[in-house]
Amino acid sequence: MPQDFTKEMKKTHTILCPDIFPTHMELLRGIFLMYGYRLDVLHYEGKQVIDTGLKYLHNDICYPAICSLGQQIYALQCGDYDVHKVALIMFQTGGGCRASNYIWLLRRALKNMGLDFVPVISISFSGLEHYSGFHLTPMMLLMGIRALVYGDMLLLLKNQCMPYEKTSGQAQALVQKWIQRLTDQFQHRRGLTNASMRKNLQEMVKEFHQIPKCSRSLIKVGIVGEIYVKYSSFGNNNLEKFLASQGCEYMIPGVLGFLQYCFANMDIDYRYYGGNRLIRTGGHIAEFMARKLEQAMLAALKPYPEFAAPAPFEKLKKLADTVIDRGVKMGEGWLLPGETAELIEKGYTNIICAQPFGCLPNHIVGKGVIRSLRLRYPHANIFPIDYDPGASRVNQENRIKLMLAIAREEQANHEKTRA
Amino acid sequence: MKKLGLDVGSTTLKCVVLDENNTILFTTYARHLSKILPQTAQLLREIAAKFPGETMSVSVAGSAGMGMANAFSLPFIQEVYATRLAVAQLAPQTDVVIELGGEDAKILFLTNGVEVRMNGTCAGGTGAFIDQMASLMDVTPEDLNTLASQHEKIYTIASRCGVFAKSDIQPLLNQGARREDIAASIFYAVVNQTISGLAQGREIAGNILYLGGPLTFLPQLRSSFDDVLHVHGYCPEYSLYYVALGAAYAADTQGFDLETLASQILDYTPKDAYAGCARLFSNEKEYAAFRKSHDQASKGIREIDAPEGSMFLGIDVGSTTVKLLLCDHEGNIFRPFYSSNHANPVPIVRKYLEKLYQDFPDIHIAACAVTGYGEEIIRCAFHVDFGIVETIAHYTAAKKFRPDVDFILDIGGQDIKCFQIKNGAIDNIFLNEACSSGCGSFLQTFAAALGYDIETFSKLGLFAEKPVDLGSRCTVFMNSSVKQAQKDGADVGSISAGLSISVVKNALYKVIRCGDAATLGKHIVVQGGTFLNDAVLRAFEQEIGREVIRPRYAAVMGAYGAALYAMEHCANQEQRSSLLDAQALRNFRHETHAFTCSGCNNHCRLTLNTFGGKDRYIAGNRCDKPLKLPQARETFNLVAYKNSLLAKFKENKKIPGRPTIGLPMGLNFYELLPFWYTFFDTLGFNVAVSPTSSRKLYLAGQSTIPSDTVCYPAKLMHGHIQALLDENVDAIFYPDMSYNIDEHLGDQHFNCPVVAYYPQVIRANMRALKQTVFICDFISLHARRHFPIRCKQILDSYFPKRPLKEIQKAARAAYAAYDAYLADVRRTGAQYLTIATQKHLPVIVLAGRPYHIDPEINHGIDELLCQLGAVVLSEDSVSNQVSRFPVSVRNQWTYHSRLYAAAKFVAEQGPDINLVQLVSFGCGLDAITSDETRSILEKAGKIYTQIKIDEISNMGAIKIRLRSLFSVVEDKSKLSASVSGTIAGQPSLENRISASIPAAML
Repeated sequence: MPQDFTKEMKKTHTILCPDIFPTHMELLRGIFLMYGYRLDVLHYEGKQVIDTGLKYLHNDICYPAICSLGQQIYALQCGDYDVHKVALIMFQTGGGCRASNYIWLLRRALKNMGLDFVPVISISFSGLEHYSGFHLTPMMLLMGIRALVYGDMLLLLKNQCMPYEKTSGQAQALVQKWIQRLTDQFQHRRGLTNASMRKNLQEMVKEFHQIPKCSRSLIKVGIVGEIYVKYSSFGNNNLEKFLASQGCEYMIPGVLGFLQYCFANMDIDYRYYGGNRLIRTGGHIAEFMARKLEQAMLAALKPYPEFAAPAPFEKLKKLADTVIDRGVKMGEGWLLPGETAELIEKGYTNIICAQPFGCLPNHIVGKGVIRSLRLRYPHANIFPIDYDPGASRVNQENRIKLMLAIAREEQANHEKTRA
Repeated sequence: MKKLGLDVGSTTLKCVVLDENNTILFTTYARHLSKILPQTAQLLREIAAKFPGETMSVSVAGSAGMGMANAFSLPFIQEVYATRLAVAQLAPQTDVVIELGGEDAKILFLTNGVEVRMNGTCAGGTGAFIDQMASLMDVTPEDLNTLASQHEKIYTIASRCGVFAKSDIQPLLNQGARREDIAASIFYAVVNQTISGLAQGREIAGNILYLGGPLTFLPQLRSSFDDVLHVHGYCPEYSLYYVALGAAYAADTQGFDLETLASQILDYTPKDAYAGCARLFSNEKEYAAFRKSHDQASKGIREIDAPEGSMFLGIDVGSTTVKLLLCDHEGNIFRPFYSSNHANPVPIVRKYLEKLYQDFPDIHIAACAVTGYGEEIIRCAFHVDFGIVETIAHYTAAKKFRPDVDFILDIGGQDIKCFQIKNGAIDNIFLNEACSSGCGSFLQTFAAALGYDIETFSKLGLFAEKPVDLGSRCTVFMNSSVKQAQKDGADVGSISAGLSISVVKNALYKVIRCGDAATLGKHIVVQGGTFLNDAVLRAFEQEIGREVIRPRYAAVMGAYGAALYAMEHCANQEQRSSLLDAQALRNFRHETHAFTCSGCNNHCRLTLNTFGGKDRYIAGNRCDKPLKLPQARETFNLVAYKNSLLAKFKENKKIPGRPTIGLPMGLNFYELLPFWYTFFDTLGFNVAVSPTSSRKLYLAGQSTIPSDTVCYPAKLMHGHIQALLDENVDAIFYPDMSYNIDEHLGDQHFNCPVVAYYPQVIRANMRALKQTVFICDFISLHARRHFPIRCKQILDSYFPKRPLKEIQKAARAAYAAYDAYLADVRRTGAQYLTIATQKHLPVIVLAGRPYHIDPEINHGIDELLCQLGAVVLSEDSVSNQVSRFPVSVRNQWTYHSRLYAAAKFVAEQGPDINLVQLVSFGCGLDAITSDETRSILEKAGKIYTQIKIDEISNMGAIKIRLRSLFSVVEDKSKLSASVSGTIAGQPSLENRISASIPAAML
């Protein structure tokens, strides 16, 4: 039996979490705190973390596992934490991809290290484990999702302001300010009702709108791909920073979309394979609630057309249908081509598909569908970029530079024809 | 103002100067041997001298140019983009550009939608690869071209990665294939790599332009491209300089004074620090002490100057080297010899023997033994007494130096071998399979690339202050890591030390996969030529934190072990070995002839070696057929049986008036063929099943594969669909299946993502599907009641509507056929098992996925096992004998649940029943399953054997591995027999095996 997370541990233990989504994790921390759990988001980076991951995990396991589990194992080894006072946490979807095994890999690594007394908390769609001291209540889950929506909004606004700001650093500062402010609100159990969310989101958009900006003609890049390497700067060798240095504005679709995708799959499973009606209904309810949050976000953005708002999820579904069957539900599944199509239609025609080297679902939904996407969008400039412990950054950046060279040419042609 | 374009590639430096009218004034091309900055500075000075007092606008391109451009604020232009600019200027009518460079390969599609492809993390099929292969064959790339022009036939060489290709070529060389044919095969491998890796489903046609070094210098490579693509490509003037030209065209900066720029470059000290690891030796004194302590290890064994009494000869024909020595009855060593095998070991052995007989005409050789890759050919050529498995040879030798040795690590030219020893028997074996990263030949190639010989190169690393931390990864990746480190200012010494350390890390963490180096063993013997390198030895000791034993003869331990084995197994020391004597050696002749076997559908490419017109040795065979053995033994091979069961569903009847539906015979159809065949047959369709997989079938679909890192079984699917299209079937049925049958062995019953969704990839990437109806809807068989309803939905959307009842009836028949098939497999499996017990035959459960019974995928490993005397079962024939049990992973894939169950079944059986897991290269799930399967088996004291399979068909390494497994099993059987006192009168397993190995003679 895996080590339990006991009631006492709630008081004594710090839960260590890898930084999967940079901004979002900070907000989730606030939610955990609100429920009385101390959560530390780990920011270890660099070769020693990768090496730790490679040492305790199978060499051929996915890069996201090596990075994120590597961070957790490293945290236990580097001496920053008392191993008797920490627990680890892992978020999983429980789908047919090998990522569902992360929790098991982590436990095995701990066992090999003689640290199997460290509790590992699994948060998964595929059935929850029971812990005497950790209860993921539906309410806490909902609060968590709301925090993610805040994260999505901050990310969206930051990405659209930063490249254009007159004084650099303002957008980032605003993000920090909001993380602090929201965490404070959560502490007082505020900021999570429908009304207060609406208010917060509106204010957020307004403040970002007020950042003085100049107009620049930048290359617009959309980032899609495997969920970890897409978001995590550790996983993607600081992709965002590199793009910014090359004069790009980039857009990364939000985390809420991924959740909606997971919920929507329950309905598709029922349609294709029959089975439990209750699960389908559960999926419908979850989709409905997520749609409410999505609407709040879109409503807040509506008065400011300068910000490109994400497409409603229902539209994403329709776009995905044109490229792939929505039965593909492992990994990022049909969401990835859907998001790609949406970004292209929105004008982010240069697409980086960030994927771990040898990622199985990405053979299908990444490289596998690029041809279909190109046929549909001949002007799309799609580049899959592989990430791996051995892949050199020079190679990755060189490929991205190629994409950008073509993008610039395309942009110049475009401007010429317009003139 | 004049314009200067600089192309800093991975291996070469190219430069072009243009005048204001874009006329080319000056070009230069040189290998930079990784001394990029000084070479560039020198080049700039040359140009400055040629155009004195002129400032030029400058632009830099090339994979290694990015760092330089950043450091000196020069404009950078991406190299593929530069090529495009140059092509637009010089050859505007071009449709497709194929450009191969030192480490990169690119295809540019210029018409009908511009698309640019470049190789990602894999450097297979590039100039570096050709260089590597040329050095493997001991010729220059230009010679390779000359050789290729005289080829007669083409061998299949895995084209994905240089490392794999190497393991294909090596056995060919060892088996005596013609060098001309191998050279040509290498070029075809490059072509295939370029097409499968870069075309990604887009057709290469129209006006083709060939650019870059390899395509410029190697006309045979160009004609190979022409041949495969059915085009007439064109290699223009300045084909080496297109990138540099593009950069020059794009240069529009203010003028640079080249002399000043050159000085800046020379004065530059890189800012970024590279990651380093602990140094090997801090001073000479430490090194001296280290040397002294290791010299102690070999005392007691002397090297003698002349033969004394009966002598024993040991020969080790490794992948890249030949080792020979003799020893006397005390084990003292005489005439140790070590040489690169120059792609043909036969003349080397011959020369050694000739010299020996010449110097010591009276020598008495009592017995001799040969081991290694070339065992069979040498045994046949020179009439050697014994042929033994490498593992046994090495253990025999290591015991001599340390009787209580419990761990042996041997790093040779291309292999890493590790053996764990328990109770005097080899308990566990690790071999590097498809990957040779971090082996000796890698160090050698690297040294050569940097312009050093290996001895000098490794010495440079001994006292390096900050060795580069290169981690433990693939050779190809290591190349780019080294480049990055160089960019960050690492000197040759630090790189040399870093490479030595990475060799060790690879062996420990990639091959042995040990979590904690301290648990390896207490008495470790290291050997193999690579360990004569003090830097590697030191790195190993540092990494595991303890001292080890390195015999002075580390490089020839295989041969030494063979000699000792010959001594131990020689019945009478007075007798004379059957080895060719001086007289016979004088008349020795060796001829080779290549031909294709027509014994069965495999059409193996065989090489016939004839020695002195009498002895013949055939290599390249998968089965015994071409050997024309007097009588074929009865074999019990469930894999073959499954194939024969499935053949019944491949009649492809054509009843007029019925629509024909095509089923691709790949991936999960290997399991579900009985189901779908019966289903559609009952519904009134003609069922056309695609033909058995073959290399040819694969190549037919190769150009539509979008992801070159997906597993080979999935890639084959493109060929199967193409075959069905060629048959003009009315519809092709290839459904997506997220879920598999639920056999209640796990928590879930998914298919792996590739099996589940590959139809989507086919749909998106095979344009020709438009000519037919492609049915790739989602369906699952696990929900038996829902299945007909869903099927009706699907079929009604493609064909005239039919009543649900009809479909329900077909479904019932289909489920019955599926159940009957599986029951038959299991029944027959049980029978084989009984026979094995009765006849005391070893049993191997060959565990993989259902589609691993495809002979194109498993390369006939099942037949090999039968040849070795084993009864072969499949995983699904035993998985039902185990009920669900807890595993330490998420048990969520049906095929993999069977695997765990099969492992559990084997774990509960006696020592004669073992499991071999087949793993397709690129299978991500097996990163999880292999560890779990191993732990289930090892918990029960069983040996875990994994065989990685890909396009490659290197049976040599696989054979060694399986023979080693049998010899370990033998030891264990003996041990348990001596405890229980059973199996009296049975021939020993090893004897049974050696008796069953084709004598390799006709």
